[in-house]
Amino acid sequence: MSTPSFILVVTVAVLYSGGFYLLLQRSLMRVVFGILMLGHAANMSLLLTDEAITLPPLLGGASGEMSDPLPHAMALTAIVITFGVTTFLLALAYRVWLGDENDEVPDDVEDRRIRRLTEPEDSS
Amino acid sequence: MLALLTAHFAAALLAPLLVRRWGRTAFLMLAAVPGAAAVWALLHAPGVVAGHPVTTRIPWAPEFSLTLAFRMDALGLVMTLIAAGIGTLVLVYCARYFSDDEPGLGRFAGVLTAFAGAMLGLVLADDLIQLFVYWELTTVFSYLLIGHRAELRESRRAAMTALVVTTLGGLAMLVGVIMLGEAAGSYLVSDILADPPRGTVVTVALALVLVGALSKSALLPFSLWLPAAMQAPTPVSGYLHAAAMVKAGVYLVARLTPAFGDLPVWQVTALAFGAVTMVLAGWRALREYDLKLLLAYGTVSQLGFLTVLLGAGTRDAALAGLAMLCAHALFKAPLFLVVGIIDHSTGTRDLRELSGLRRAMPVTFWTAVVALASMAGLPPTAGFVAKEAAFEALTHTGPAGPVVLAAVVLGSVCTVGYSLRFLWGAFAGKPDVAPTPVHAPGPLFVAPAVVLAALSLAGGPLAGAVDPVVAGYADTVRWTGGAEAQHLALWHGVGLPLALSALCVAGGLVLFGLRERVAWLGHRLELVDADRVYRRTLAAVDSFALQVTGFTQRGSLPIYLGTTLVTVVVLSGIPIIQGRLWTMEAPPVRLWDSPVQLVPAIITVVAALGVLRVRRRLFAVVLVGLTGYGTATLFALQGAPDLALTQFLVETVSLVVFVLVLRRLPPRFSTPALRGRRLGNLLIGAATGLLVAAMAYFALAGRRAESISTGFPDAAREAGGTNIISVILVDLRAWDTMGEISVLAVAAAGVASLMFLRRRTQPVRGRPGERAVPLAAAPVADGTAGSAGAPWQPTVLTTAPRQLRVEPRWNPLWLPGAQALARERRSIVFEVIARALFPVVMLLSVYLLFVGHTDVGGGFAGGIVAGLGLMVRYLAGGRYELYAAVRAQPGALIGMGLVIATGTALAGAVFGTEILAGGAFDLHIPLVGDLHLTSALVFDFGVYLLVIGLVLDILRSLGARVDEQLEKESPTERQAEEVTP
Repeated sequence: MSTPSFILVVTVAVLYSGGFYLLLQRSLMRVVFGILMLGHAANMSLLLTDEAITLPPLLGGASGEMSDPLPHAMALTAIVITFGVTTFLLALAYRVWLGDENDEVPDDVEDRRIRRLTEPEDSS
Repeated sequence: MLALLTAHFAAALLAPLLVRRWGRTAFLMLAAVPGAAAVWALLHAPGVVAGHPVTTRIPWAPEFSLTLAFRMDALGLVMTLIAAGIGTLVLVYCARYFSDDEPGLGRFAGVLTAFAGAMLGLVLADDLIQLFVYWELTTVFSYLLIGHRAELRESRRAAMTALVVTTLGGLAMLVGVIMLGEAAGSYLVSDILADPPRGTVVTVALALVLVGALSKSALLPFSLWLPAAMQAPTPVSGYLHAAAMVKAGVYLVARLTPAFGDLPVWQVTALAFGAVTMVLAGWRALREYDLKLLLAYGTVSQLGFLTVLLGAGTRDAALAGLAMLCAHALFKAPLFLVVGIIDHSTGTRDLRELSGLRRAMPVTFWTAVVALASMAGLPPTAGFVAKEAAFEALTHTGPAGPVVLAAVVLGSVCTVGYSLRFLWGAFAGKPDVAPTPVHAPGPLFVAPAVVLAALSLAGGPLAGAVDPVVAGYADTVRWTGGAEAQHLALWHGVGLPLALSALCVAGGLVLFGLRERVAWLGHRLELVDADRVYRRTLAAVDSFALQVTGFTQRGSLPIYLGTTLVTVVVLSGIPIIQGRLWTMEAPPVRLWDSPVQLVPAIITVVAALGVLRVRRRLFAVVLVGLTGYGTATLFALQGAPDLALTQFLVETVSLVVFVLVLRRLPPRFSTPALRGRRLGNLLIGAATGLLVAAMAYFALAGRRAESISTGFPDAAREAGGTNIISVILVDLRAWDTMGEISVLAVAAAGVASLMFLRRRTQPVRGRPGERAVPLAAAPVADGTAGSAGAPWQPTVLTTAPRQLRVEPRWNPLWLPGAQALARERRSIVFEVIARALFPVVMLLSVYLLFVGHTDVGGGFAGGIVAGLGLMVRYLAGGRYELYAAVRAQPGALIGMGLVIATGTALAGAVFGTEILAGGAFDLHIPLVGDLHLTSALVFDFGVYLLVIGLVLDILRSLGARVDEQLEKESPTERQAEEVTP
């Protein structure tokens, strides 16, 4: 039975926790940061499926055990897509700011209206 | 049969045109359609009575056991004759009931004809699903017909009530029908009748089906919609709400009784609800003043009676039930038509205002007398025959027989009572009411009612002739209740039934004699107002729905996300606790692979924790960037140089882009959330993060299968590459890369469209070989200088040249585009470095592109490096430098990249044996060494171009565009500062 190195797991845990916490924020910019950190965490945990530090997956180099190329390829794709998504979200946050003069996620107007209907009316 | 149905719906579509052309006379033409159906049914009657049902079966979607199946047996024949025959007469009646200028008459005619078609389909359908479709169609048409006078609020409300109540039942019925069909293994009614299923599922299914039947036939507790539906024009009340549609529920009970009549759920429901409805509705009818409402409650009462008979489950009861059903259609429809005539001729149907109509309208009077006699069960009418048969049948219907019989007798007493009330109220001369002025009805107006009343009268003496038809259905009910099969006849001899009939008449006379007291007592004893209960229920449902929506849909993104995360943690936590994960053998703990990991790991962790705390945006961006660089370093240490390179490059681009955008946002995040909320979020985040990390930790220990990548090195060798990852990306799994770059293209388009609402900015075009660069800064400064005392003065001198022409062929300047920058923003050192570095960076990017297949690098990394080069030029020289550096549009680059990548893929498919597979050759270049070229390189080149386009697009959108917006704002800001010191 083998495990990844503990220090990497701790790093992943912190990145995930921080990412999820930021995701729960009102500020869109912090949400974008959260997604970035979640991306790092996910890529790192993909690499944790390999057993230990080994040689890079290049043929013709030094002889020895090579690391598993599959998680690398997956993480590489993930990095690129995270980049695309982050820039898009950044532009989105910016536009929200242009419109509202703040980059906070507002409550859905329709839902707020419904919620107000359910609350008993003020007697005042 | 299909042709008949189609004819109905075609006629319905044509009806508005006909009405527009010929006015109300068009109803006579429309009447021909149900008339044809009635004639068709009569022609087939001998065969059907002889035991040869007419069937048609068209497979529609056999894999879902959906069939267009029609079948006319004895019950179907009777129902067809009622639906089509009365439909014909009612349409004829409509031709005189309405005036030509009645609003919406065309629509009304169409809907009424369509209803006749749906009713015909309902009684002929042999498939339960198909039956349900017609069932709901009649509901919808009924809704439209009740709401005919859409401008009246009551009319709309009544229509809505009918729709809500019957649809509620219909939904329950649909569930029941499906359960029944699944239990029987067939949705064909004939199959279910031939081999009825049994079991708990069937019991539940039948209960649900009965809910549908009771609601459709307006039995208690669903009866409120029928009196309300009297808002409809009288022909509709006579046809839908007396003769045809309300019989659909009774029909369904009759249809299924041969299969399920012996089940307690069937008998008890039918007997109990039927009997109670019959008595209560009859009692209610005794105090109505509106003739139509009186008939409506009478109808509800009679529908209860029919349900009792048809659901009782014995052969004789079924015989009496079907006879009663015919009799009811024949007496209730003409009575409604009579009310319509009275209403039409006098302008009222309140029996307190009507007086002396007996003399004024003799034909109508005698028609009513005959129909009422049949309703009250007086000889020699059809009603008498049916009621005698019913009393006879109920004397031997199981243990509940006596109770039910008593209830039925009580209900019949009421029936006689309200029959007399109707006769007296509509026609009698009342001493204290002046004779009502009458506008005499025409012969065609009265004819349909007369025909129906005549049939009511003839039904008695001709009972023997009708008996085989009715018995044809009744004999399919196998349970006899231990009695000999009886037959319909006008004279059964002296016995209990005759005595009960006499009792009913006597009781009815007494009730009529005491009518004032009965009405008073009825008002006093009224316990529940059904309408109020209905309204309260609806309001409660509304409010409940509102509460649920308001509770679950908070409209707050953090709450939604938090709920999702908590659900993830809880759902994963349950198996962890149940499976006692901590008792399992724990994998060994290995602190690190090498101590070097400690440095980047600590940097990442500290930076990540810092992001959570800091309130300054710029600081947060730097910290997030640090987590990225830390991760990249860990990748490098983990034996993933490709990942590390890409992560470094992407992180750098991201960092710059973030900073570019942050220029415009306020320096700090808005006020933090409440402390409690923050703590809660922190808990949720930590729990989820720990959970996921624990999964990652245990995943490796739990791994059983070999990695699928063991064959990859050989595959890479075969493909002629030595960098396995690159081979995976551009060769083995190139389709995934196609998807990935498509995402990038979409993201670029999204960014651009968010930043430029109309189109991307374009540099001003000059003569070929010339670049036009606007002089942004200088004129602005001039303009503001003279505007101190006059704020309205334009800040930009319109006559001054606003553009600087630049010759790019030879230029002594390092970065020509930087000319447009304000002096204080320029840095000569930065410009020189940018200029000198650019060719080197581009060379590096091309190198990365070429060696991608054999060494660390690739199209993506190369593209990003090229993008970084452009970024440096933009940062040093401003946006016009960016335009000068790359003249191609980013959209064009992205598109070209996609085309090249896709083209390679398709070319491989056309020329090669495999998609995305192609040849390879080696090239020896002096100084560089061996270069291994494959067709995958072309694919990678596509990726390269696309990535350059993406970075360029981002720079133009989030860099240049923001610059532009800043410049547009700054003069006004500056002015405002000057004015308000």
